[in-house]
Amino acid sequence: MKKVRLPLTDEVARELRAGDQVLLSGSVLTGRDAAHKRLAALLEKGEDLPVCLQGEVIYYVGPAPARPGQPVGSAGPTSSYRMDIYTPPLLARGLKGMIGKGRLGPETMRAMPRYGAVYFGAIGGSAVLISKAIRSARVVAYEDLGPEAIHRFEIVDLPAVVCVDTQGGNLYEEGPKLYKQHAM
Amino acid sequence: MRELDVARITQAVAELFLEANYVIGTDVMDKLAQSQAVEPSPLGRMVLEQIIENNTIGARERMPVCQDTGLSVVYLSIGQEVHLVGGSLEEAVNAGVRKAYQEGYLRKSIVAEPLFDRKNTGDNTPCVLHVRLIPGDKVQITAIAKGFGSENMSQLKMLTPSDGVEGVKRFVLRVVEEAGPNPCPPLVVGVGIGGSFELCALMAKRATSLPMSRSHRDPRYKALEDDLEREINRLGIGPAGYGGQTTALKVHIMTAPTHIAGLPVAVNICCHAARHAEMTL
Ligand code: SF4
Repeated sequence: MKKVRLPLTDEVARELRAGDQVLLSGSVLTGRDAAHKRLAALLEKGEDLPVCLQGEVIYYVGPAPARPGQPVGSAGPTSSYRMDIYTPPLLARGLKGMIGKGRLGPETMRAMPRYGAVYFGAIGGSAVLISKAIRSARVVAYEDLGPEAIHRFEIVDLPAVVCVDTQGGNLYEEGPKLYKQHAM
Repeated sequence: MRELDVARITQAVAELFLEANYVIGTDVMDKLAQSQAVEPSPLGRMVLEQIIENNTIGARERMPVCQDTGLSVVYLSIGQEVHLVGGSLEEAVNAGVRKAYQEGYLRKSIVAEPLFDRKNTGDNTPCVLHVRLIPGDKVQITAIAKGFGSENMSQLKMLTPSDGVEGVKRFVLRVVEEAGPNPCPPLVVGVGIGGSFELCALMAKRATSLPMSRSHRDPRYKALEDDLEREINRLGIGPAGYGGQTTALKVHIMTAPTHIAGLPVAVNICCHAARHAEMTL
């Protein structure tokens, strides 16, 4: 199991391969549909983003409410494909990676190696376990979006698997191929 | 005539949604453990182990096993000898949903209007309510918390009678293959066959909440369930879609009479976080 520090450096990103199990520690941003829509609108108008994306990793998550004394409630990944149309412009702005679940679309897949970005899969429906790795959470933009606001999480040893690496390796293609037993 | 205060339905609905979101049924947990024991992919085994551990902690600490605590679907079967008193049934059911989601630290995921504003209602209401009258003086309540990662991968198709068993199989397999890793496999696959457009979908959803040990009464449909489960598990998708032989935990088929010209088939995909609970009042 590799330990990976976030934000990601180019050197660390380059060494990761699809299928690697990793423990992620450090700092990540969160965002999902509504926040991405707003970020994209700003980019379209040529305006500044409320957060700098250089080297950052975005975790696609909308947590459940925290109980008193917890930084965050259950917080597993949401499906990444819904963010696809927004992702390439964010990669162009320095975004180095995403944490989510499920396939990325063809345009995002093409953009990933170009920007040396990595896509980590967290296990969907493993939200309690993942919440234990989140040590603090604070809102950095779009507070009105509630669970969909952009947060900064400090995480320690969040379990994940490299799904798309900087060379274009894709676990969602390669993994199933190994176990597929008939052609459709 | 038995009188039943709708306040009791509010209380029951609230309890059921908390239970469903915190505790994955022992039938699903057993099936996950059995699959983990035979899954050939190391990553697949790791994923199943993590899911089992997650669900164990969720039940122990009363935390929602998944952050997507779902759209709330309620099936009410009301005995025709029950007289409901104390207010509107629909409001009572929604009050139960509101109570669970507000007091139980569940995520509120419902927008009031689907296309333009998409503004969150703030309390996970309204639920989707299906009411049916049955003989007797009892009220049966089934609560389903339906995550949309898997709901979004569901499909319905109006096949024609000549498509037959092979057509049904091809369609179900295609839906699961297209869904791939997105709906958080391993899955519970609910299949509705027959009825009308809407009944078919309703059966498919209902099928996802049946116990793992249940099979279709008709041995031919049971054989089809087993066949589909086997074929789905040969697609290679595996736990979390990382590759493996555990893609479906169970395929449940529900059937209904249909029109001479039709063969509707609906596939409702449910993730491994199969959250439902039942109670009889
Ligand atoms: S598909 Fe199911 S397990 Fe996956 S994130 Fe959605 S609700 Fe959770």
